[in-house]
Amino acid sequence: MTTTHDEHHHGPEKGLMRWIKTTNHKDIGSLYMWFAFTMLLIGGAFAMGIRAELLQPGLQLMEPQFFNQLTTMHGLIMVFGAIMPAFVGLGNWLIPMMVGAPDMALPRMNNWSFWILPFAGGILLSTFFMEGGAPAFGWTFYAPLSTTFAPDSTDFFIFAVHLLGFSSIMGAINIIATVLNMRAPEMKLMDMPLFVWTWLITSFLLIGAMPVLAGAVTMMLTDRNFGTAFFDATGGGDPVMFQHIFWFFGHPEVYIMILPAFGVVSHIIPTFARKPLFGYSSMVYATASIAFLSYIVWAHHMFLTGMPVAGELYFMYATMLIAVPTGVKVFNWVSTMWRGSMTFEAPMLWAISFVFLFTIGGFSGLMLGIAPADIQYHDTYFVVAHFHYVLVTGALWSIIAATFYWLPKWTGKMYNEKLAKVHFWWAVISVNVLFFPQHFLGLAGMPRRIPDYSLQFADFNFISSIGGFAFGASFILLTYIVIDCIRNGKPASARPWEGAKGLEWTLEPKAQYHSFNTPPSRKLIEAESQNS
Amino acid sequence: MSKEQAYYVPHGTYWPIIGSIGIATLFVGFANQMHGVEWGGSVMALGFAITVFMMFGWLGQVVNESVSGIYNSQVDRSFRWGMSWFIFSEVMFFAAFFGALFYARQLSVPWLGGADNNIYTPELWNGFKTGWDAIAFTTPGATLQSGVEMSVPTQLVNTWGLPALNTLLLLLSGVTLTFAHHALRAGHRHQIIGWLVATIALGSAFLGFQIMEYGHAYHDGLKLTSGIYGSTFYMLTGFHGFHVTVGVIMLTVILYRIQKGHFTADNHFGFEGVAWYWHFVDVVWLGLFIFVYWL
Amino acid sequence: MKKLVVAFGLLLNFNAFAEYGVNMTEGVTSVSRDIYGLHMMVFWVSVAIAIVVFGAMFYSLYAHRQSKGAVAANFHESTKAELVWTVVPIIILIGMAVPASKVLIDLEDTTKAEMSIKITGHQWKWQYDYPKEGISFISNLSQDSRDAVNGTDAGRENADNYLLNVDKRLVLPVDTSIRFLITSNDVIHNWWVRDFGVKQDANPGFINDAWAKIDKIGTYRGQCAELCGKDHGFMPIVVDVVSKADYKKWVVKQQAAKAAVVASATKTWSKADLMAKGETVYNANCAACHQKTGLGLPPVFPAMKGSKIANGPVADHINIVLHGKGAMPVFKILNDVDLAAVMTYERNAFGNTGSVVQPSDVKSAR
Ligand code: HEA
Ligand code: HEA
Ligand code: HEC
Ligand code: CUA
Ligand SMILES: [Cu+2]
Repeated sequence: MTTTHDEHHHGPEKGLMRWIKTTNHKDIGSLYMWFAFTMLLIGGAFAMGIRAELLQPGLQLMEPQFFNQLTTMHGLIMVFGAIMPAFVGLGNWLIPMMVGAPDMALPRMNNWSFWILPFAGGILLSTFFMEGGAPAFGWTFYAPLSTTFAPDSTDFFIFAVHLLGFSSIMGAINIIATVLNMRAPEMKLMDMPLFVWTWLITSFLLIGAMPVLAGAVTMMLTDRNFGTAFFDATGGGDPVMFQHIFWFFGHPEVYIMILPAFGVVSHIIPTFARKPLFGYSSMVYATASIAFLSYIVWAHHMFLTGMPVAGELYFMYATMLIAVPTGVKVFNWVSTMWRGSMTFEAPMLWAISFVFLFTIGGFSGLMLGIAPADIQYHDTYFVVAHFHYVLVTGALWSIIAATFYWLPKWTGKMYNEKLAKVHFWWAVISVNVLFFPQHFLGLAGMPRRIPDYSLQFADFNFISSIGGFAFGASFILLTYIVIDCIRNGKPASARPWEGAKGLEWTLEPKAQYHSFNTPPSRKLIEAESQNS
Repeated sequence: MSKEQAYYVPHGTYWPIIGSIGIATLFVGFANQMHGVEWGGSVMALGFAITVFMMFGWLGQVVNESVSGIYNSQVDRSFRWGMSWFIFSEVMFFAAFFGALFYARQLSVPWLGGADNNIYTPELWNGFKTGWDAIAFTTPGATLQSGVEMSVPTQLVNTWGLPALNTLLLLLSGVTLTFAHHALRAGHRHQIIGWLVATIALGSAFLGFQIMEYGHAYHDGLKLTSGIYGSTFYMLTGFHGFHVTVGVIMLTVILYRIQKGHFTADNHFGFEGVAWYWHFVDVVWLGLFIFVYWL
Repeated sequence: MKKLVVAFGLLLNFNAFAEYGVNMTEGVTSVSRDIYGLHMMVFWVSVAIAIVVFGAMFYSLYAHRQSKGAVAANFHESTKAELVWTVVPIIILIGMAVPASKVLIDLEDTTKAEMSIKITGHQWKWQYDYPKEGISFISNLSQDSRDAVNGTDAGRENADNYLLNVDKRLVLPVDTSIRFLITSNDVIHNWWVRDFGVKQDANPGFINDAWAKIDKIGTYRGQCAELCGKDHGFMPIVVDVVSKADYKKWVVKQQAAKAAVVASATKTWSKADLMAKGETVYNANCAACHQKTGLGLPPVFPAMKGSKIANGPVADHINIVLHGKGAMPVFKILNDVDLAAVMTYERNAFGNTGSVVQPSDVKSAR
């Protein structure tokens, strides 16, 4: 059997149809990245609305109900619209190149995974214009606030979540099939770059967790419209059951958003330390352990729901355990830097600050995991600070780092390093002004999800909001740097980073539309392996 | 390009965007239908039609490509990985509902009766009697929070009636399907068709009995609105029934393709994928039979 | 601008931190102090680990720079090192888990309680029941805070404890082991008083419990800590902890007041009296949804102005207020006089033209 229609595969089609019909992993990767970036701006604009209302005590800009809508949609859009699609986009772009494959295993389905998203996002955002407004029950949509007490638009939200779920599941299946089946025949599992490993493991999290979310929203749908009683004690159900089902999805979900980030950082640090990654295999095992543990710790979000003591103890212990494999990763990164020969280009700056700031977020996570102490932390800004440290300076940081790191390979051009450094320092300072004071607010007793607060919280909120606006504005510069690179960047070499390893760097400066039509040789794979 | 190292990369395709439009239309129509908007139903039907059109078109294209021999064994393997992990995701979907069932039976219903650390809860429900099947009978205040009146069944489904019969039918259909597979491997076309027809017949009979059973249950007042018992009962068996329906449709398509001579003794992923799916549906039923009907 | 200066001054001046509250409170119960201890322990352990890890990282960032001529080593594995940094964290974690478990088991054990209070969350207010004493009341955000929300800065500064004050406080005796039985009438709320170390979800249909033995007389404030809809930010908790003797006096006074209300419910009220009382009750209990103006927030919260029910037969009106419907709460908790007053008010304010409702009507409808 021979390959097919080879002559058609030299380049992309022209015009809009290229993007709608494409089955090319690079095109689809770009679509994902741009979609995610747009959603980041939208979700970020909602966050700016939140911070503007919280700038001062009192209600200046909006009704409480609208504030809750903003909070909810901010969380949902950031999680499902920005971070997850951005990682899928990175996966699309990089995984086939990293495993020496010409494309994803199921390219047509790959197209569908993407093209569901704009519809899901559109339905979700359209709820703002419906009677009763957008969902206002938090991104965790606890029943019965989201069932009996929610506006009609909730049903649209439910279907949007279903669509997002289809998309994620198909995307995950595709990545598993690509890694396991399209990998260059000469590449063993333990030759795979860490980004591929972390994404493979993330895919299992997605396939295990997303269907459960679909189940949860389906129960909501029937409770709302067909008289079932899953979450209603009158009929023998339990609102807390909703939380169990939700967090069985929700906790793996947060690791879905961090494991690929670990992968990204594990590429960047060795490159700029000019030293092989320390402890490759323990990195792989640590990732797998985190993924496994993430399925059995969910109720640490529910310490105050009135679980039996034995349950609380168990979930506390399991939660604390996650610090061990995560710690292994942090220590390995530091050891990789140790006695390297370091330079500090933009990707490295983002990666280093990732290690620093993510770990801070990890420590506050550990504090939250201490069940009795969570009594004072739960549902306060301490939690908000925790998850923004792991999500913004964790997940988002790694996405920005990856963008700078692989931008030359995507565009064949170099971004403006000077501007990138300015942007980095601007962002890293403002983000801490934004989120660090929120620890204090939480400890001092400010609950989350409130549009107005008593006067003793005024000062820190003010600082936080100022930091927020500054951080928000940094994205204008980021947009400029990226577009400037695409338009006017200087040509980059095939391997623009001195210490970089990986099959993707063996391609042309701008990776050709169809790369690895023939699989790479064993020799090449070994030379580019992180595990050597 | 060398022969042994040939990759298959398909052309651009319209089907996904059509599919997205289809299901988005379907959902928007459905939501509006539930909110009593006039055009909801028709939009929903339109969305459904588009989706079905997409399935025909897309799968038809895949079938054509497969038949014309442009796929290689690697593509076949990708399909296999895809199908198996898709089935796994379905397992997790059912797991959510089984989880709800176990939670309600083991925790929330006993808690409402005051078990464990909820000793004070019965204060809220004077006269509450705990017990799984009793839930729909004895909850005082038979109106849910949503204002829906709860339906109180006069009796529950008899495990050893239709459900037991259905168990038999489905298990049997698993066996006949396996025979069909063996026949396919051995290249006995007539036998394949015979066993497949038998499988489809058994599956359809299952569906028929399931509908009958629903009729009885409904008549006895066991409805979606019969508290958590009715909720888990209908959602679990309902989603299962839906999967059986899809399975029967897929088997019918396979039957048609066999008649067209699409499959060979060693190249028949389409058949196997459907067979996996059918066995999965089978196993889910066993879970249902044990946990919903029996225990 | 002035605020900005103050704010940055604050960041530099660590002493000011205590005043502005940057840390968890130690509180006034044994549980809250245990929690504080755990919090500080985990915090300092984290700081110590951070110093080691980040110290190593920053040292290498500084010392192993290419610009300083550092040449990369090539080591990339050490089973020994990896074993150490797996085992040491485990030991540290066990060190934390032991005291944490002790505190947890202690704070979940409510069997020592000398008295019980039942707390019910409503959208968006708290209901307190003293089952033995037969006292029962609702506690709303105080009116001056409510008015200041959309008002001026000065208004907020003048409001007594802006957003943290209520019209009727929970009163508890000092040095008594109290069990809180917490539940909800609609969505999930969470009853949180920091100084007691008590925070517990209020789940509709279930009762959770928590306990506290408060050892200092004083006023303590808290807030609802679970998103419960529109006015989640506006359902504070205020607890007056008083001496045991004062508590007894308070109980007697409440019981007397209750008896007086029961007595007054039998007499026929004038429309003017009902309207006056009704307005207060309305603003405290109903305005959150139906709005002070009576215009509601359609489509979820219907207007009272021109409402079919408020202008229709009394029986339907009493029915919906007493028994609720969907998101409309059950208001059985209000006494007959308050209910009659509020309905009279709804039926005659906002240009409505309904009849007068007497307490006796409500009583017979219960
Ligand atoms: C990327 C996302 C992400 C990540 C990685 C994490 C990581 C962790 N999270 Fe976080 N979490 C969220 C996202 C995330 N979280 C979100 C979004 C919420 C809020 C949801 C909502 O309610 O809206 C939340 C909430 C949340 C809660 C619930 C709080 C509450 O609502 O009351 C808890 C409680 O246990 C918790 C714990 C943890 C722990 C223990 C980790 C651990 O994985 C951290 C491990 C890392 C370290 C510990 C640092 C590095 C380790 C070392 C240097 C080794 C040595 C260390 C020791 C021995 C201590 N998280
Ligand atoms: C997943 C990732 C993610 C990301 C990246 C962010 C990013 C940000 N978040 Fe997010 N946040 C969540 C996830 C995330 N958040 C979640 C899950 C919740 C919980 C929701 C819930 O309670 O249900 C939450 C809740 C949350 C709250 C608490 C709300 C509440 O409890 O009421 C706050 C408050 O400060 C906040 C602020 C911010 C800010 C300022 C940013 C900034 O980093 C955003 C920066 C980006 C931009 C600003 C956009 C780009 C810039 C422009 C478009 C230029 C023009 C803009 C202007 C300057 C006006 N977030
Ligand atoms: C938590 C929000 C909330 C509060 C507080 C509230 N209501 Fe309502 N009310 C509602 C909702 C929602 C409805 C609509 C119920 C329905 O029709 O499903 C409603 C309906 C009504 C109606 C019927 C109006 C009509 O035209 O259909 C009356 C009368 C009423 N409420 C009176 C009151 C009184 C009196 C109070 C205070 C003692 C009060 N409400 C407090 C939410 C509230
Ligand atoms: Cu009640 Cu929040
Ligand atoms: Cu978690």
